[in-house]
Amino acid sequence: MQEIMKQAKLKAEELLTKGVVNRVIGWTEGDFSYDCSPATFTLDNLDKFVYTEFCGANLSKYLIEESKKEGKILVFLKPCDTYSFNQLIQEHRIKRENIYVVGIECRGKVDIDKLRAFGIDGVLGCKTEGDKLICDTIYGEKTVDKVDVMLEKCLSCKGKKHVVYDELIGEEVVEEPKDRFGMVAQLEAMTEDERYKFWQNELSKCIRCNACRNVCPACSCVHCVFDNPDSNIASKANTDRFEEKLYHIIRAWHVAGRCTDCGECSRVCPQGIPLHLINRKFIKDMNEFYGEYQAGEDTETKAPLNSYTFGDREPHEFDTKEGK
Amino acid sequence: MMKISLKNLPELYSFIAKKNDLYLPIFKAGQVDFAKWDKDAIVDLNKLKTTKSAKDVFFPQSQDLVRFEVDGKKISIDEPIMPTNKQVIFGVKACDNRSFELLDMAFVEDYPDTFYEMRRANTTIVTLACAKPDEACFCKAYGIDAADPKGDVSTWIVDGYLHWMPNTDKGIELTTEVKDFFELDMDNSAVENQQSEIRAIIDRLPYSNIDLSKFTPDKLLELFNSPKWKALSEACLGCGTCTFVCPTCQCYDVKDFKTKTGVQRFKCWDSCMFADFTKCAHGNTRPSQMQRYRQRFMHKLVYFPSNHDGVYSCVGCGRCVQKCPQMLNIVKVIKTLGEDK
Ligand code: SF4
Ligand code: SF4
Ligand code: SF4
Ligand code: SF4
Ligand code: SF4
Repeated sequence: MQEIMKQAKLKAEELLTKGVVNRVIGWTEGDFSYDCSPATFTLDNLDKFVYTEFCGANLSKYLIEESKKEGKILVFLKPCDTYSFNQLIQEHRIKRENIYVVGIECRGKVDIDKLRAFGIDGVLGCKTEGDKLICDTIYGEKTVDKVDVMLEKCLSCKGKKHVVYDELIGEEVVEEPKDRFGMVAQLEAMTEDERYKFWQNELSKCIRCNACRNVCPACSCVHCVFDNPDSNIASKANTDRFEEKLYHIIRAWHVAGRCTDCGECSRVCPQGIPLHLINRKFIKDMNEFYGEYQAGEDTETKAPLNSYTFGDREPHEFDTKEGK
Repeated sequence: MMKISLKNLPELYSFIAKKNDLYLPIFKAGQVDFAKWDKDAIVDLNKLKTTKSAKDVFFPQSQDLVRFEVDGKKISIDEPIMPTNKQVIFGVKACDNRSFELLDMAFVEDYPDTFYEMRRANTTIVTLACAKPDEACFCKAYGIDAADPKGDVSTWIVDGYLHWMPNTDKGIELTTEVKDFFELDMDNSAVENQQSEIRAIIDRLPYSNIDLSKFTPDKLLELFNSPKWKALSEACLGCGTCTFVCPTCQCYDVKDFKTKTGVQRFKCWDSCMFADFTKCAHGNTRPSQMQRYRQRFMHKLVYFPSNHDGVYSCVGCGRCVQKCPQMLNIVKVIKTLGEDK
C-alpha cells in the first residue's frame, strides 16, 4: 500500500507539474488513519495526500461539480469507483474531457465500524501486513484478519478490473467476482412476515440523515423530491412506520438499473442499515428477468429498464404472491 | 453509596418500568441507541457511545404539535398529547448529561418549549461513568469529568456490580423507591480506583487537551472570514449525520403534513447542513455548502458562547468524529482554525 501511495503521489506531482491537470482529487490524511477524507490537491498541499486501507470513499460523484470547473482534474478511482464514473458519463452528469482518470490498485478497504464491532476500540492508527491489520489503540496493539473487518462492498467485490481509465497504477489483481446475492437469496427464502420483520427492524433505525442519498452517485438529481416542500413527502423525520419505508422504496426504484452496487450507501449509513440488500434485490431481479446487466460496465449498453425488447417479461408473468 | 449485582439489573429495570417510561441503551440490528425498555430488550451498558445521543428522550426527532380537521366549512383543532409520563433515563454518559444543560439554555431559558420542559421536569437521569473512553472523546476539553458523570444519580460498573450514588432530590426520590434492590456499599475504594483509572486514560487521549483558546466572541469576524473553510468543507455531503447524532444540535423545523381530512402539524429535527434549512420566500440564506458547514461549527464554537457566557455548544462526545461519512468533524475545524494565532 505504501508503494502504491508513493506512485500515486508521484503521478499527481508529474501531471500537475507538466500542466496536464490543474487539480487532483484524492484522499487527505486524518489523525487516526481511519479518518482520511476526500480532498482536492495542488502542488501546495500534495504532501497531505494518502492512499490507504481506509480510502473506501468513492470520488466519482464529486466530479459532477469538479468537472464543471476550469481546467482538467486528475481523479484516482478504485476498480468499483470506475463503474460509477461510467454511469455518470452515460447519464451526462460529468464532463469526460475535463477529467484525467488514474485507475488505482485496490486490495480491499477496511470498515472502521466493523473494527469497533470486533471489540477493537480506541484506534489511533492501523497498518496492513499481509492478510493482517495491525492496530495501535489506546488499549494496546491489536491484530485482526483484514478479511474480518473489510467493507461489505469489498467482501462482494465485482473484481479488480478498472472499466475506465487513462492510466493505471499498480496491478489489476485477477480475481473471480465474489457472490453478491447470497443474502438476497436468504431474504427471498423467508416468509413475508419474517422478511417484513427483518426490514422493520433495520429501517426503524433510520434517522433520515440522507447520507445514503447524498453520497450516492446515482442520486444526482439537482433537487430531490424529498427536499421539495410542495411534494408533501419532504420530511426530515420518519413520522410513522410507513414513512420509514417510503423513502427507501422510492430511492431504490429511482436508482434501479442505474445503481452500480458501489456500496457507498451502506458504507456511510450511521445506523449500519444494509441498504445494499435492497439494491441487490433489484439487480438480481433484473438479471433474472432481462438477462445479466451491470450498470457502469460501459457507457453505451442501455439499461434493461430503459429499453424494450419483445422478449421482456410482461407484468402478469411476475409471481407477486410469494413476494418474489 | 449502594450497589447491585449486574445480574439483578433486569429486576431493577422491570420495577422502575412499572411507574416510569424507562430508557436504556438497547441493542437493535447491530446498533445501540437509547430506547424504551421492555422485558425483551437487549440492554448494553458496556457500549461507550450510543449511535444517536441521548437527547431524543427530551427532544424527540419528531413531535406532533396540533392537528386540524377540516369538514366542509368546519375546522376543528385537536390538541396534542402532552408528555405527562414519568421517565427514567439510565446509562447516560457524562458528555450527554452535560448536553442536557446546554439544551436547557435553548429550550428553557431562551425560548421555553412546553414539551421539552415537561419532559425535563418528569425525567430522572441516571448516569454511568465511562470505563473505556475512546480515541475520539474530548469531554475533558470542556471541563467534563467522565469519571464523575453527575445527573440525578451517578453510577459506576466495577467487577460485576453497579455502584449507585444519588446527587439530587429527584435522585434521592428514585433511590428511596428502589433501595430494596441494593445492598449498602460502605467501601468507596472500588469506585475511587476506577475513577483514577478513567482519569488516567482520559489524560492520554489525543484530543483531551485540544486548544479552544482561539474561539472567543471577539474573533467572530476573523474566524467567519477565514479562507480555510473552503478546504475544510470541500468533501461535505450536506447530510444530516453530524447534526442528528450530536447531543447538542438543537435546530428543528415545523412542518405541515396534509392528511386526508386536514393537516397534521409537527416539529422535527432539522440540520443546518441541509440545502433547504431556513429556506424562506427569497430562497436559502446560505446558498453554498461551505456556508452551511461554517454555520454548524461557528454556532457551536462562537455564536452559542457569545450568547451564553462563553459556554461552547459541544460536549466533546466525538460522535461527529466517528460518524461523518467523509470524516470531516469539529476537531478538524478546531485544529485547522485554531492554528492561526
Ligand atoms: S444505491 Fe448505493 S450502491 Fe447503488 S449507486 Fe447508490 S450508493 Fe452506490
Ligand atoms: S444513511 Fe442510514 S440513517 Fe441516514 S437516511 Fe440513509 S438509511 Fe437512514
Ligand atoms: S460534515 Fe460530514 S456528517 Fe456533517 S453534513 Fe458534512 S458529510 Fe454529513
Ligand atoms: S459537535 Fe461533535 S463532538 Fe461536539 S457534541 Fe456534537 S457530535 Fe459531539
Ligand atoms: S466524551 Fe467523555 S463522557 Fe463522553 S463517552 Fe467519551 S469519555 Fe465518556
